[in-house]
Amino acid sequence: MSNKLLPNANVIIKGTKEGLTLHLDDSCSFDMLLEELEAKLSANMKAPENKPSISVRVHTGYRYLTEQQESRLRDIIAAKKTFKIEGIQSNVITIDEAKSQREASEITSMAAVIRSGQVIEVPGDLLLIGDVNPGGQVSAGGNIFILGALKGIAHAGKYGKLDSVIAASVMKPSQIRIGDYLNGAPEPNSEEQSGMECAYVDNGQIIIDRLQILKRIRPNLNRFEGGF
Amino acid sequence: MGEAIVITSGKGGVGKTTTSANLGTSLAILGKKVCLVDTDIGLRNLDVVMGLENRIIYDLVDVVEGRCKTHQALVKDKRFDDLLYLLPAAQTSDKNAVTPEQMHKLIGDLKQDYDYIIIDCPAGIEQGYKNAVAGADKAIVVTTPEVSAVRDADRIIGLLEKEEGMEAPKLVINRIRSHMVKNGEMLDIDDITTHLSIDLIGIVVDDDQVIKASNQGEPIALDPNNRASVAYRNIARRILGESIPLKPLDEEPKGLVAKLKKFFGVR
Ligand SMILES: Nc1ncnc2c1ncn2[C@@H]1O[C@H](COP(=O)(O)OP(=O)(O)OP(=O)(O)O)[C@@H](O)[C@H]1O
Ligand SMILES: [Mg+2]
Repeated sequence: MSNKLLPNANVIIKGTKEGLTLHLDDSCSFDMLLEELEAKLSANMKAPENKPSISVRVHTGYRYLTEQQESRLRDIIAAKKTFKIEGIQSNVITIDEAKSQREASEITSMAAVIRSGQVIEVPGDLLLIGDVNPGGQVSAGGNIFILGALKGIAHAGKYGKLDSVIAASVMKPSQIRIGDYLNGAPEPNSEEQSGMECAYVDNGQIIIDRLQILKRIRPNLNRFEGGF
Repeated sequence: MGEAIVITSGKGGVGKTTTSANLGTSLAILGKKVCLVDTDIGLRNLDVVMGLENRIIYDLVDVVEGRCKTHQALVKDKRFDDLLYLLPAAQTSDKNAVTPEQMHKLIGDLKQDYDYIIIDCPAGIEQGYKNAVAGADKAIVVTTPEVSAVRDADRIIGLLEKEEGMEAPKLVINRIRSHMVKNGEMLDIDDITTHLSIDLIGIVVDDDQVIKASNQGEPIALDPNNRASVAYRNIARRILGESIPLKPLDEEPKGLVAKLKKFFGVR
């Protein structure tokens, strides 16, 4: 009955400009935490009916929440109609999450011709040194950079990263996809295309433009730190 | 210990059988001991093109199923003094009668006795293809200057590159027609080789004599004066390691060559 002895010790509520932050202790048991949270929210937060809802941020410290625990937590907070959960933050992630986060930010490079019937898929960015032939396909969770001719299919931002781009020395794709957006083969350029080109999503459609435009519209591609 | 070369293409009718027959013949002319193996079970015709159809007694399936010894099934080409043999495909069984493991063993055995084993592969990428490449050390991919044939060649090259222990495949462009290339109606050699990015080992013109020779069971390579024949013999010499420059059309009369070079982008 430690929560009786030390009331209010495991849930600390702080008010901020944006709303409330709930700091949840990470060493007590999860059930104890929920119990206390429940009690505290019902006791102290009897807000008037027609007030706008209050944003709530949750910090779980070094406690890792399983999906099930997280949804129980959300249920308790959401049951009090006054609150809207903005986000749940934790200082810890699982090894799997850490791995996939690292993979998603990694560039995989390969020197190969992706031929008809071949499919290459990477979780992060792809740097391909070689062509993608018609009938071949490359896809990436992030960006795709091709030092060669893109004549097959390229799918960037496969899991929904819509700011992903596709760049190629020669852009003659049979199909381009970024996230869920899709572009068939672009109209054959009447004049021979002179430089490298890129594809990106703007206003809900895929645009193909000269490569140089990327530094302006996708500054996040720049990972160089320091001056030059 | 000999070397096994599979002749393949993906797309049908581009000239695998013609190339097999003529490379086998050319290698024999150059004094090598050659065994042709037809793996196109159910649709055999290498025997017809070689003019050996009437002398078949046993076939490939008889050999792998143990109904005869390998040497009993080999048909000797009497035009050559003990240099050229054919192991015919079965006409009645279906493709699944043979497994890649059986082929591997069979080709391995033949390599003991022959300098070159030329394996004629069926069209497609299924069982027949898998059987044909199973025992091969090298591959020659045949294409014609058509988009669909090049597309299928690309697919096959992708598969061949995954075969363990197989050397990078070499390309034969068959049935080039100079006037159509000139008029831009056909892909030119540069287009094809940059697209497929593998080494070119030969270019063969489209020539009615090839068809006529095949119909008579006398491979064109037996005729020293024909343009296609020269092309096949040159491929055979390149297989033997000779370096013979690849001209756009191996046998066009001079003058015209220079003109054509422009169209082929050869400097
Ligand atoms: N260089 C050439 N000039 C003219 N005709 C040719 C040439 N090469 C092949 N042919 C003809 O093209 C036809 C198809 O050739 P072939 O049978 O060798 O192809 P294939 O690839 O073995 O076909 P399949 O896939 O059915 O086994 C034949 O009639 C053959 O005579
Ligand atoms: Mg054939």
